[in-house]
Amino acid sequence: MTRTLAISKRILMEMMRDKRTLALMFLAPVLILTLLNYVFTLNSTPTVEIGTVRVEQVVTDSLKNTSHVNTKSYDSESKAKSALKDKDVDAVLTQTGTNQYQLRYANIDASKTSMVRQVVNSTFAQNKVKAMAQQNVVLATQAGQQPAATSSVSLSEKYNYGSKNTTFFDTIMPIFMGFFVFMFVFLISGISLLKERTTGTLSRLLATPVRRSEIVYGYMLSYALIAILQTAVIVSFTITLLHVEVLGSVGLLFLINILLAMVALALGLLVSTLAASEFQMIQFIPIVVVPQMIFSGIIPFNSMASWAQIIGDVLPMKYAADAMNAVVLQGQGFSSIWGQIVALLIFLVVLTAANIFGLRRYRKV
Amino acid sequence: MEKVISLEKVAKSFGSLKVLKDVDLSLETGEILGLLGPSGAGKSTVINVTLGVEKADAGTAYVFGEAMPKRELLGKIGYMAQSDALYETLTARANLKFFAEMRGIDKEGLDAEINRVAGVVSLGDFLDQAVSGFSGGMKRRLSLAIALLGDPKLLVLDEPTVGIDPALRRQIWAELHNMKKQGHAILVTTHVMDEAELVDRVALLMGGRVIANDGPKQLEEQYGVPSIEDVFLKAEEEEE
Repeated sequence: MTRTLAISKRILMEMMRDKRTLALMFLAPVLILTLLNYVFTLNSTPTVEIGTVRVEQVVTDSLKNTSHVNTKSYDSESKAKSALKDKDVDAVLTQTGTNQYQLRYANIDASKTSMVRQVVNSTFAQNKVKAMAQQNVVLATQAGQQPAATSSVSLSEKYNYGSKNTTFFDTIMPIFMGFFVFMFVFLISGISLLKERTTGTLSRLLATPVRRSEIVYGYMLSYALIAILQTAVIVSFTITLLHVEVLGSVGLLFLINILLAMVALALGLLVSTLAASEFQMIQFIPIVVVPQMIFSGIIPFNSMASWAQIIGDVLPMKYAADAMNAVVLQGQGFSSIWGQIVALLIFLVVLTAANIFGLRRYRKV
Repeated sequence: MEKVISLEKVAKSFGSLKVLKDVDLSLETGEILGLLGPSGAGKSTVINVTLGVEKADAGTAYVFGEAMPKRELLGKIGYMAQSDALYETLTARANLKFFAEMRGIDKEGLDAEINRVAGVVSLGDFLDQAVSGFSGGMKRRLSLAIALLGDPKLLVLDEPTVGIDPALRRQIWAELHNMKKQGHAILVTTHVMDEAELVDRVALLMGGRVIANDGPKQLEEQYGVPSIEDVFLKAEEEEE
């Protein structure tokens, strides 16, 4: 126990003296989160330009009245097409006959394409309703009746999470909280053990009566502390300055992040035994870290092939992200995330045992 | 005299490479044993088997009468590796303190002990400086100081004086002889041949075997040459 404490104290002391790594661990997440927040908030609704060729006035008017839509009218189809090529407009609507239209998309930006599609379709639907209402009025007047006043429908909106200002950023926030902890702990712990191996301090350490498990636990203790600090920085920054709402308990967030950090640590230590240099450790980022990101839920799981979903099931980040989402977005308590917690614990126990056993490579007892 | 190290018919291979074939070696209290051999002869493997870092394929290594590998015994051995193996960002004192804790040395009197070993290697004035600013020789001395912590009955030193200037080297050897007189057993590997004249007994390791094992003067007589360096060269010729 004293040795475990001494090892974690030494790791923390080394880190305190490495100012750049410290800055990386605490400032980099803050910087990236700020950037993400900025990017997603600004582009929450794009404005689309629709070029029109020989389109009825009614249709162009109602298109114009839609927010985030501008229209430009062109004399000929060829002029409109070249405008589409020059990216002056995002789509061209051409009337080819009565109630016959053709819509051509630039389709460079998928979100703009789908927005144009939606706007144009709803415009046609609206016009149909209007025309029918008009007809009703005409019929009613012919029958000598007062036209019925069109009753306006009122719709009030309520949000389970956040408000109407909630952006994509808010909903991926929980995943990022965990991801930063995972990535930094994985890399820094892996490189730190690797350095012990290459400088010979690991051999020297193993030439003392220290237990192999005490070395692994020493690493765990120090990185748990670092994960707590990192989580504290990320959580307080996102809540107070980025105004992200956390519905569930912040305590649970810490629990999930610490567990995830421990798993990342164990994985980092294990992977570092496969690397011969710091550079080779960096090479594990695309193999180990990037898949964690892909399968964390940023890309919705139900849009993936079933075999791809299975890959997600063996990655710790998925469980952590699920649990974080449940706590942050749905306000779930421990009772509904215990499954994920258990999954993370299983990862942790298996990887830790593998590490303690793996140190046998460097000392036989 | 009590046997501190005793290797009996130790063999060790790495893959198809037979590094140690049949090594018998012993070290008693109050003795300095110099382990000599060309690079690649297996000096470090002898040390690793002695420490229990590697397990012998055949034969047994006994330290303090107990068969290695045995983790608990490592606390009684002061070991200095070929590489300096220091935590560069930490101060010399922090390095000493850390390894003292790993060796299980009593917290009481630890500060005095740190000052003592730092004094032996003349690093007393640099204890609170970061190791990263040390010269190569200073790092080597600090590494030796770590091995001396707790006044262990057995010292295993792998090339202890590489990169250390002559005056200090003499001082370190004086300290080793001093410790020997107090009944410590010391196993030293070295490349510096005139250092080999300073040990009580030279074990010449070649081709995975100990081919000579006697006092330096006796070896010189036996081979009919004036110095250990000549003994080394002649033995190497005969081996080929």
